[in-house]
Amino acid sequence: MIEIRELSKIYGNIRAVDNISFRVEKGEVLGFLGPNGAGKSTTMKIVTCYIPPTSGTVEVGGKDIFTDPVGVREQIGYLPESAPSYPEMTVTEFLSFIAEVRGYTGAERTRRIDQITELTSLRDVQIQIIDTLSKGYRQRVCFAQALIHDPPVLILDEPTDGLDPNQKHEMREVIRRMSKEKTIILSTHILEEMEAVCGRAIIISRGRIVADGTPRQLAAMSKYHNAVTLKLRSAAKPALMKDLEKLKGVAEVAPLAGKKDAPTAFQIFAQKGKVILQEVTSFLEKKKISVEEVYLEHGRVDEVFREVTGG
Amino acid sequence: MKHAWPIIKRELMGYFRSPVAYVFIFIFLVSTSGTSWYLGNFYTSNEASLELFFFFHPWLYLFLIPAVGMRLWAEERRTGTMEILLTLPISSVTAVMSKFLAAWLFMGLSLLLTFPMILTANYLGDPDSGVMVTGYIGSFLMAGAYLAITSFTSSLTKNQVISFILSFMVCLILVMLGWGVLTRTLVEIFPVWLADLITQFSFTTHFNGLRRGIIDLRDVVYFASIIVVMLYANVLVLDNSRAK
Ligand SMILES: Nc1ncnc2c1ncn2[C@@H]1O[C@H](COP(=O)(O)OP(=O)(O)O)[C@@H](O)[C@H]1O
Ligand SMILES: [Mg+2]
Repeated sequence: MIEIRELSKIYGNIRAVDNISFRVEKGEVLGFLGPNGAGKSTTMKIVTCYIPPTSGTVEVGGKDIFTDPVGVREQIGYLPESAPSYPEMTVTEFLSFIAEVRGYTGAERTRRIDQITELTSLRDVQIQIIDTLSKGYRQRVCFAQALIHDPPVLILDEPTDGLDPNQKHEMREVIRRMSKEKTIILSTHILEEMEAVCGRAIIISRGRIVADGTPRQLAAMSKYHNAVTLKLRSAAKPALMKDLEKLKGVAEVAPLAGKKDAPTAFQIFAQKGKVILQEVTSFLEKKKISVEEVYLEHGRVDEVFREVTGG
Repeated sequence: MKHAWPIIKRELMGYFRSPVAYVFIFIFLVSTSGTSWYLGNFYTSNEASLELFFFFHPWLYLFLIPAVGMRLWAEERRTGTMEILLTLPISSVTAVMSKFLAAWLFMGLSLLLTFPMILTANYLGDPDSGVMVTGYIGSFLMAGAYLAITSFTSSLTKNQVISFILSFMVCLILVMLGWGVLTRTLVEIFPVWLADLITQFSFTTHFNGLRRGIIDLRDVVYFASIIVVMLYANVLVLDNSRAK
């Protein structure tokens, strides 16, 4: 549905986007992750034909941003990062304006506005002047604007920015519900949000893609992936840690609690791609060491994020 | 172009939503009639025509039109709504044209509201209505040229004050080039053909005929070309400033 090919954007001497290529298919929710200034917004502005790239191109639904920008925009609903809207209009007037420019009139326009007002929970404020709304509502007004034409593609730049936890949850639910029939790219720097709604994530840093995969795959890149956390009933003998380190597939043992050479809890890291849980538990059984807690780590996206973005 | 109407409608609504529109119309009426009554001695001149009324328009528009147009694109840029407007499925040309047309219509309305001047002229005598209509059309055309310049300068910045000053300067030059005092000096400095050429670029020169009721195609073409060229420049600025 969206194909980005060798996209670059250079501002003066800043490479805001540096040779990015990827595809997003229908039904996918792609999380676009990266620290501030990574190039997320710039990439989105190029896809929506707001700014042209320095080189490379983008196709949306088979239409190219250079040869058919209007055709591209017709298919996209876009929520810019600052969620702008015309402050002197009421919510309904604003949505009506967007609907009319998108070619809907009369009953069809009314029906669409009604449906979107409901979906984005704007019913209570629909006759209010946008200028008088709180940040959370204004964010939703701009989101509603992006949905009026039921677009096959949604580009959402930090859609939950400035929302309170309830509103964040609601927004994620709406996105999740729509995800089946649409292609969605959403940028965020909230990792839990990515894990909650995205089937796939791309991490970019300084304009380059540094990781691409499902949240699980990303987590698996972490050194915590398949690590085993142990909590013992009594302090371990120093020899135990040495023995554990010698087990097949174990990379490192790190104390977590208690004395440094006789900890009561520690973490055993696996070598890349190795599963060590079985090995560790049968060893402990053999040695008759009584364990209070065993916990298998799946990996931590935040740690991977810091690792690949060099933060 | 079918997308233009909703934008024009929205813009017009925007004018009348804010008190600024009413203040503007008030100032427009007071200044246009005030200058012809007091500076032009409209009433005592006992002339049943609007020539004096139109005479001051090039000077008044210097302030009035940048005041209307300065926010056209500067405001979109400042509030970020430009990102919404220009990612709708419309071309930049449509966007520029629509916003311009709305502002021009608003100017046209302000101009129509000066109709008491026509009534007064009719009271004073028996004015030639063809001449009056030509004057109005000329003034409206000239307003379009001022406005196109303002729309262009407004696309250069997100600061309305800078936008105002820029368009004021450009329009001032175009008015001055045809100002009697200056043209006499020009003839002394330059060869006549060059002095003529320079004055040909002036608003005043091209408005002089129209305000007296003389329709010369060259004058109409002059104002129309300024509108086209400035709006085209406006489109280029929008497209290029986003490309940087
Ligand atoms: N209009 C611009 N002019 C110059 N530099 C810009 C412009 N827009 C963005 N940048 C730079 O490009 C880089 C990427 O910005 P952006 O795409 O907004 O990052 P993100 O959305 O990931 O936080 C940043 O270094 C930013 O300063
Ligand atoms: Mg951003």
